[in-house]
Amino acid sequence: MLKDDKIPTRRLTVSQFVIVAILLALTFGLWRLQIVGAQNYHALAEANRIRKVPILAPRGEIFDRDGRLIVTNYQSVSCYLARDQKSDLNPDLPLIAQGLNMTVGQIKEIIRHYRWTPSYEPIPLKQDITPNEQQFIAAHSDELPELETIREWRRLYPKNGFLSAAIGYVGQVSESMLNNPRFAYYQPGDVVGESGVEESYDPILRGVDGAREILVNSRGQEMGVLGTVPAKPGKNLRLTIDLDIQRAAENAMGNRDGAVIALDPHTGGILALVSRPTFNPNDFAVRISSKEWTSLVTNPDHPLMDKAIQATSAPGSTFKLIVAVAGLQTGVAQNLKVDCKGGAYFYGHWFGCDRAHGEMNISSAIQESCDTYFYTLAQKLGIDTIANWAHKFGIGERTGVDLPGEVAGTMPSTAWKMKTFHQKWYPGETISVGIGQGAVAVTPIQLARAIGGIASGGVLKRPHIVFSSELTPEYRRYMRMEYPGSGNKVVHFSRQTWETVTDAMAAVTQEPGGTAYTSKLQGIDFAGKTGTAQVISHDFGSNSVSDVMAQRPNAWFVGVAPRRNPDIVVVVFWQHGGWGTDVAHIAAQVIDAYVSKQRRLDHNLLANQPGSNAGKGANETSKVDVGAIWSDPEHPKSLGGRPLDPQAAKDSSVAALYAGHFWLKIPKLPKP
Amino acid sequence: MIHRIRRLHDFDWPLLGMVLLMSGISVLEIYSATLHTKFVGFDKMQVLWILAGLGAMFFMAVVDYHWLVDAIHWFYGAAVLSLGAVLVAGQRIMGARRWIRLPGGIHFQPSEWVKLVLIVAMARYIAGLSGREMTWKDVFKAILLIAFPMVLVLKQPDMGTALTYSPILFAGLFLGGIGWKKGLILVLVSTSLVAGIWRSGKILKPYQKARLTSFMNPGADPRGSGYQILQSKIAVGDGGVFGRGATKGSQTQGDFLPIPYTDFIFAAFAEEHGFVGCIFVLLLYFLILMRLIHNAQIAPDLPGTLVVMGVVATLTFEIAVNVGMVVGLMPVTGIPLPLMSYGGSSVLFTFLALGMVMNVRMSRFVN
Repeated sequence: MLKDDKIPTRRLTVSQFVIVAILLALTFGLWRLQIVGAQNYHALAEANRIRKVPILAPRGEIFDRDGRLIVTNYQSVSCYLARDQKSDLNPDLPLIAQGLNMTVGQIKEIIRHYRWTPSYEPIPLKQDITPNEQQFIAAHSDELPELETIREWRRLYPKNGFLSAAIGYVGQVSESMLNNPRFAYYQPGDVVGESGVEESYDPILRGVDGAREILVNSRGQEMGVLGTVPAKPGKNLRLTIDLDIQRAAENAMGNRDGAVIALDPHTGGILALVSRPTFNPNDFAVRISSKEWTSLVTNPDHPLMDKAIQATSAPGSTFKLIVAVAGLQTGVAQNLKVDCKGGAYFYGHWFGCDRAHGEMNISSAIQESCDTYFYTLAQKLGIDTIANWAHKFGIGERTGVDLPGEVAGTMPSTAWKMKTFHQKWYPGETISVGIGQGAVAVTPIQLARAIGGIASGGVLKRPHIVFSSELTPEYRRYMRMEYPGSGNKVVHFSRQTWETVTDAMAAVTQEPGGTAYTSKLQGIDFAGKTGTAQVISHDFGSNSVSDVMAQRPNAWFVGVAPRRNPDIVVVVFWQHGGWGTDVAHIAAQVIDAYVSKQRRLDHNLLANQPGSNAGKGANETSKVDVGAIWSDPEHPKSLGGRPLDPQAAKDSSVAALYAGHFWLKIPKLPKP
Repeated sequence: MIHRIRRLHDFDWPLLGMVLLMSGISVLEIYSATLHTKFVGFDKMQVLWILAGLGAMFFMAVVDYHWLVDAIHWFYGAAVLSLGAVLVAGQRIMGARRWIRLPGGIHFQPSEWVKLVLIVAMARYIAGLSGREMTWKDVFKAILLIAFPMVLVLKQPDMGTALTYSPILFAGLFLGGIGWKKGLILVLVSTSLVAGIWRSGKILKPYQKARLTSFMNPGADPRGSGYQILQSKIAVGDGGVFGRGATKGSQTQGDFLPIPYTDFIFAAFAEEHGFVGCIFVLLLYFLILMRLIHNAQIAPDLPGTLVVMGVVATLTFEIAVNVGMVVGLMPVTGIPLPLMSYGGSSVLFTFLALGMVMNVRMSRFVN
């Protein structure tokens, strides 16, 4: 290379000016942002760091009619894994597994399951962890920064599926629900009632979520709290359920498949509702494993079904009560006498009875459940007269109960058959409808309302599980729209009809020869009717139980107490249970529990108002020393007594317990 | 070789001092920006890279650059071959093939080193014209020299690095004495060419187009390509006059700022040290660049001047594009800030380039 090559001095100087110009332009850029726009950008930076995080409102609690707690909430802690905290989590897994009582395999499976979610999103490792596990996480926060805990409200339901069908359960709102306009106010991730009262009263129970303003980084990790808007808890709900009766019904039903429903016919309030088999709603409150869920959904016994309002079956002989009313009102049954020879021929076919009852009239035919009599009566009435009366009592129609998923059932008629099958009705089909077989299909709640209505002289009430007086008028209208049904109605029939049918019902349980005489209750006017429904189609159940079981008839019993204007009507439905006679004792236990409780309460009433009741025994009183423990946070001193725990008496947030002794004047009981 | 080492007193110690000061600022800011991330400890890695860079710089300084200039066609051939190898056998990372995996788990990004080769090749080509007025043929040869490897890099696709080759061409043409008329025509033709490419929508990928436009209106798509620009501007503005203090920038520490230890390190620095800190860094860049031009002026021969000015052009371009991007004046191109951004390739290139400058300077009393 030559040293005298021309060096472009002038252009080097130009380069220097170009560099100065560029740096000045950059300085201008910095000036614009850091001097002119500093405040604006500072505000933006602040906004970047603040995020509103919802505080979930605890759902309303659920009480029984006496104010006893059924469903409540508890604060639960869940453990989340923040995968972006460490580049390699594997060395920590054995320690985490040990502390959280999991296996390394389980944790790896969870991580694998969430492998496609963004790594800055923490993944749920274990829900509802124990205090020991919480302590483990707190103690290892330095070595295991990837473990995070989050507090959540969870639902606490009664154990062992007690009342589970009526209460239902909650879960996270699903994608398909969010597309439904009914769920317009729900956000993804919201907890929503998915069956039972939890679903039908979700708008009342759910409350309004609050929010917490927290400082976060761009990965959403919390770095501090700025302010809090508290959550508005959901409203509490008082059910018409009576825990004492519910307990009696649950115990009486045992493990039998089917349902028990008890109504107060005066109001339609549901006193007890049992569906079997049952499920544990607490499993849903904590995330349910997909395996458990599959087993619940595919279980042929349908544990998630509320059989009191969703299972339909032929009502069997319980339907004879409706046919009897129809027969008496049309003037056919009064003088109809049938000689039962264990069955009879109709239209060339033999229709059997369980035995030869001999000479039968309407009363004895109900008492002994003679099929031959009702074949004959049904033939004389014709299908449309029977269907007309059945419809009046709400058969084949939803009752409008305030629980989701009620099924209508079927009441066949000529019009129904033409509409459904485009076929003529054959008179032979009427014969089996007369004893509640054939195409007739009812739900337990339908039957309870119909028979309760007959016993009440034709007054039918819309069944409900929440006191409508506790609801706003708007919500009552909303419920009537959302849960349509036949509702409140009055069916007119004569006093003679009423007395004939109800007396016959009483004879079923109270007189020898009655089909449920073995379930007679001493000292209680318990009346009812058994039913045994032949199972023709195996809609459900055919896989769950042995074929022998599957072919066994469905057993029904409908009972009332007292026989006229009853205070309670109970329907027991045992799928593939056999004979109606075998389930009458279940209804008897429920009614016994109800009557015993009413008597207990009535005696207390007598003590408070001595002499108010007519009758000789009421004025003879005796003093009884009663020890009692009670809680009354508002007026602790009004009754006297002493606080059990003086510390608790000072703390108004805790219901203090008081104890004391009383002398009660109670009437001497007349000797039974 | 030995006598060259002895002349280490001709080494540009003031330049080295300024470069080391800048490197120190870089290490501190990387420490702050990675403090709460999984990249914590990258500051120590950067120190190792800088040490390696210093070693490379001293090695570069003692190898006579004339030898490099004379043998540059071999290097040029090797550079083109390695770029081709990347396209054929490169590691695909984030949808682009930029890296060749060498034995021992080392990832090698040839497009950075090609810059050095191009600087020397351009110097040799321009010097070979021996001062005569450039003809159109000379101009096109110079363009081809740069455009060929540039297209290979664009294919990877790595628009950012490909763009950093262009200042070498501009510097070469400018200092090679291209006439004003030719220069003006060249500017007009290339502008319309770029416009044509943009309109055709064939050569640029949609994400590249989006990146190139989002800086003008980052609010239009705050979650997409505009997000980085917006967060960067917020970070710079949040710094104000004196900054939020080291390790106290909420944009940087809260992880809102994208990759605050590489491409957006200047935004992180701006948030934590404010306008005052930024002016200090820009001033330091200014002094370094002026010192380099000074070295170009006192270079013993034209190739030496051209090599140093190629380095100046590349560094200036990278600073302008990176800081311009950070303050929202330029699109997001993924070009690191020399002497500040974390990264082995960038650090080693810069120190090797500075080594060549030292080399030129140390040769000035050699005959």
